[in-house]
Amino acid sequence: MTSIIGPASYKFFGVFPAALLSFILPIIGIGCFTYIMARRIAPLVRANPDNRFDHIGKRIQNLIVIWLGQMRQPRYMLAGVLHIVIFAGFLILSIRSVSLVIIGFSDGFVFPGLGGGLGLVYNFIKDYAATFVLIACIVAAVRRGIYKPKRYAVPEKYGKDHTAEAVFVLGIISTLMISESLFEATEAAFEFQKTGETHFLAPLTLVWIFRAMLSSVSPNVLQGLHIFFYYVHDLAFFFFLCFLPMGKHFHVITSIFNVFFMRVQKGNIKPVKYGIADDKLDDLTSFGVKKLEDFTWKHMLDFYSCADCGRCSDQCPANAVGRPLSPRFITIKARDLIFKNYPMSGEIYDSGKLLVQDIYTEDEIWSCTTCGACEEECPLGIEYIDKMVDLRRGMVDEGLVPQSLQKPMKALEKRGNPYGKMEKKRAEWAEDKEFSALCQVKDLDGETADTLYFVDSITSYDDNIQNIARKTSLILKKAGVDFGILGKLEKDSGNEVLRFGEEMLYQDLKSQNTEAILETGVKQIITSDPHAYNALKNDYKGLPPVKHISQVVAQKIRTGELDLKPCLNPEKVYVYHDPCYLGRHNGIYEDPRQALDAIEGLNRVELEKSRDRSFCCGGGGLMLFYEPEEETRMGVLRVNMAAEAGATVIVTACPFCLVNIQDAIKVAGKEGQMEALDFTELIEQHLV
Amino acid sequence: MTQIFAYIPFSNGVAEDVAMEFPTAAAKIDKGASLTAVLTGSGADLDKVANDMTGLYAEVIKINHNDLAYPNAEVVRKALVNVIPAGSIVLAPHNTFGMDLAPGLSVKMNASYAADIVDFAGVEGTVLKASRQELGGAVSTHVAIDIASGAVITIRPGSFAPVEGKTASGAVVDKSANAGDLSAKRKFLEVVQAEVGDVDITKADVLVSIGRGIEEQENIEIAEELAKAMKTVVSCSRPIVDAKWLEKGRQVGTSGKTVKPKVYMAMGISGSFQHLGGLKGNPFIVAVNKNPKAPIFQVADVGIVANIIEFMPELTSAINDL
Amino acid sequence: MEILVCVKRVPDTAENEFELNGAGNDLDRDDLVYSVNEWDNYAVEEAIQIVDKVGGNVTVITVGDSESEEVLRREMAMGANNGILLSDDAFEGSDGKGIAAILKAEIEKGKYDLILTGAQADEGAGQVGGMLAAMLDLPYASLVNKIEVGEGKIKVGREIEGGNQEMNEISLPCVLSIQTGINEPRYVGIRGIRKVAGVEIPVKSASDLGIAADSIGKAGAKTKRIDYFVPDLGAGAEMLEGSTDEIIAKLIEKLKAKGGL
Repeated sequence: MTSIIGPASYKFFGVFPAALLSFILPIIGIGCFTYIMARRIAPLVRANPDNRFDHIGKRIQNLIVIWLGQMRQPRYMLAGVLHIVIFAGFLILSIRSVSLVIIGFSDGFVFPGLGGGLGLVYNFIKDYAATFVLIACIVAAVRRGIYKPKRYAVPEKYGKDHTAEAVFVLGIISTLMISESLFEATEAAFEFQKTGETHFLAPLTLVWIFRAMLSSVSPNVLQGLHIFFYYVHDLAFFFFLCFLPMGKHFHVITSIFNVFFMRVQKGNIKPVKYGIADDKLDDLTSFGVKKLEDFTWKHMLDFYSCADCGRCSDQCPANAVGRPLSPRFITIKARDLIFKNYPMSGEIYDSGKLLVQDIYTEDEIWSCTTCGACEEECPLGIEYIDKMVDLRRGMVDEGLVPQSLQKPMKALEKRGNPYGKMEKKRAEWAEDKEFSALCQVKDLDGETADTLYFVDSITSYDDNIQNIARKTSLILKKAGVDFGILGKLEKDSGNEVLRFGEEMLYQDLKSQNTEAILETGVKQIITSDPHAYNALKNDYKGLPPVKHISQVVAQKIRTGELDLKPCLNPEKVYVYHDPCYLGRHNGIYEDPRQALDAIEGLNRVELEKSRDRSFCCGGGGLMLFYEPEEETRMGVLRVNMAAEAGATVIVTACPFCLVNIQDAIKVAGKEGQMEALDFTELIEQHLV
Repeated sequence: MTQIFAYIPFSNGVAEDVAMEFPTAAAKIDKGASLTAVLTGSGADLDKVANDMTGLYAEVIKINHNDLAYPNAEVVRKALVNVIPAGSIVLAPHNTFGMDLAPGLSVKMNASYAADIVDFAGVEGTVLKASRQELGGAVSTHVAIDIASGAVITIRPGSFAPVEGKTASGAVVDKSANAGDLSAKRKFLEVVQAEVGDVDITKADVLVSIGRGIEEQENIEIAEELAKAMKTVVSCSRPIVDAKWLEKGRQVGTSGKTVKPKVYMAMGISGSFQHLGGLKGNPFIVAVNKNPKAPIFQVADVGIVANIIEFMPELTSAINDL
Repeated sequence: MEILVCVKRVPDTAENEFELNGAGNDLDRDDLVYSVNEWDNYAVEEAIQIVDKVGGNVTVITVGDSESEEVLRREMAMGANNGILLSDDAFEGSDGKGIAAILKAEIEKGKYDLILTGAQADEGAGQVGGMLAAMLDLPYASLVNKIEVGEGKIKVGREIEGGNQEMNEISLPCVLSIQTGINEPRYVGIRGIRKVAGVEIPVKSASDLGIAADSIGKAGAKTKRIDYFVPDLGAGAEMLEGSTDEIIAKLIEKLKAKGGL
């Protein structure tokens, strides 16, 4: 006998054909897996509808870039690289794993096309893949088990630590790699002993090392080991397959779907229920997410897909200031509840409690500023904002709204602004004597203009912020824009009303604004408030194009219609803080920077956390009225970051950022050392 | 001749300050009216206060009964209906006791009712003209009270100048025997004292409110001392709470408590929009700020440009010396 | 437990800036927004919470014009089971006693274990609850900030000066006026109100109630508002100047006048 006997021909104790075992194991394994998946899919079937079959091109692009390309992984370098190695290894080895299963009852099976030269190339690559995966697993296990990065810690209130599961899975993966390599190495060693020939093996791979180690082991033992490691691999493989849907490694299976179905539009909020038009909302008996099954199937899939990597919570500003919110556990707690309510056997369970009483707390759900940092980071495309909004819709429907938010909501209903100020005073900012001497603002309730300046509530009513409205007007005038305002016809844009779950109030504000805007016949809308910009652009329908003032300024500078003086304060160090609703939600990162850089001699530095990793100032709109429990304020952390970057002036382009950062400078005790400035104020100062 | 009876509330043997304000109020109703103090209670405390009142009132009626030891409005009402002659004007303070007693008393005496009066403009015929506030103090109104068959009127404590010194030499009349049946369906059980440190700024009539001008945590004591001198508590603006120098319950503003004091001492508070949003009821605002351009001066009634760290201790000692 | 809560539609103090009309004798009502009296809202929430615990029904009632139906609906959207609107031209101009008499007439037609009112409303008198109790010969407690329901009687806490709480035991039925802060009223959005938009709310007139027109309304009112006047607001602060001693002397004088000392 010159070649080793494979599992397909091997007979245990010389009589019992191993092929039978090779046949039964996959049947049991696939059977179990099918059953488990059927149980796991059950809640998705009962979930709310979700429209995820649009924008197919964009979805395929996401699949290539985010799933296959793993482009979000290196944002955390070490963990990202380890993951890319394991992920790539899995993809490469999946072919080998399947062919191994078949080899169990068909000796020497190779997939068509992998028989010749291509097969050799594949074997060469897969041997290195297995080796690198093993190394990555060891590094990852050491990192998780010994160094324990803070990101993975599970605070006591959120349940038990997940390290054991992570290390266990790394162990299984290592077992797969080692057994696969030994299965092959035993054959190579056997062949060498019988024939004296050594066929080529990729140097320094596991197989190469194992063959060297086994070179003097007797052929009988090699034969035994060959069969033994085949079944170790076979068992580990099917065990792993069935183990995946039991916890955080479910993402190995779901990630491809989750990324394909991930959010493709930015800045918008999902409808109350897909398939129900706005004017049919009254027919719904319940609003928002109150129980598990009220989530959409994609949101359920999100829960399954979470790999527990903790990047969302690491970026979450609410988590950073000690608010009772960690996005990671929004997902983990829901997944634990699905596993509990949909057990592997027996009846589906329902506690009959609202989710905000059962697994979440009301404060937890109100703590989110909807800044979007979590979603931007998630390598799996898991969503949070829509879930928060859906949970809030449910709370609003049940009347569970903190008193501090009830006041402004009622004022919005009665007066169209959260402060309860009178409608007729909405345009009073324009009557300032000094300002009106320089610039007369048209009221489009009567007059006409090409452009509408949508001011929104805080800029209209807050004495301190009204300056932004005046500076914006002066810039527009200088740039030759023919503009006017809605005056008392303008209502709050409702960006936060929608995001705080008061859907019907938002619908009212939206239809009043839409009607008033369309009535004016303007060709474009400009706003200085990113929250208003976002609502008008992404939530409203059928309006003329909307621009933020920073886009207008950057464009007018490019065309030469606006000229800026050299920097009036060249000794100051400026830093630009990206507002969430301008940056992350709408991708406007460069225009404000270009405008700032157009001021000659302006000394500008960058924050470490900038652009799509910008850190929320504390939130806008209704968030100003909410009283969260927190250890510090987001704005204070942000001001400290700016101080570290060496800045003395924080420039922002959002009225809420200005309010929060101005306050934070005082709280941080940096008054006199640092100042906050709105983009419009800086530009207006430098108008020629 | 108009007969006016003033119900004198007291505790621990001391009449409330409003006892000194009733004579002024009564004189504004009708200079020639007869004014009688009425006291209900039991034991030595009652006797002492009744005796004290003879220096302010020409006649003092006392009603002594064990069931009146604690002023249970239902019991007091029964006693008053039996003692005070129909057609009289009854004055009581507009406080938590007066609000409990007076509306029902007016029904049982078949008299007119007017609440929380801050000024009287005298009687014409059977009509008494008075001033009061509505809508949390946002507007004031003149009211006409028909006193033909008597009236029960509560006055706002602090609205009428107190009479000073001994202005009468009255006598105490014991009408305990006239009180009649005092059985009641409402039984007083106990008074639960407010928890120490559990300061409710929303109910205070006067607030010493501090802002960033306090500069350091150690300086809060200065404000506490002023508050103590003014017999009230310290409230604050958001930065003080954020700095954890005071608890959240002390914060005035849109994201804090809404307060409705009568006097608001804004100490080192710039007067942001968000802060003023928590200030309702048109209080008399005293603003002290070292920045003469602080927006608080736009809304304050009285403004002083000064450093509160220096100003507050001076004011405290001046008040303590009064 | 059958609970009746008396509510009132009032100009919203949080969302209005009050100004006098041109003639100076009334408020400029063109721009006013109205809502349910804040104290009444706490009373309704309390009633709903009691019924949630011990069972029964909550009925909300108001005396007012047809627009007052809006506040009944808002309270029904909160969870009140029934609404009753007492409306008649003859009711207009009623003083506190007139309102209490109108409510009494309706209350005597039903059977209620507990009648709640807000501690006060827009006029700040805090009178209707106490008057109603006296007219019905029921026990009464004002400024209630705690209710514990027992058998045939309840324990109530009243808010008294200094933030202290006066505990009383009261036999049922009784009338209570509710102070703010007793609970956290639930939120009612536009959606909630629309859900109860179709519910029938009976409207009762003076003749339905069998009250003589001259005992109520303007004719029956013994306390009448003559006019409004805006207290002097002043434009900007009066700046006190001089030496610190002089400033403090002036300030103390003002504080005394305004009840600050």
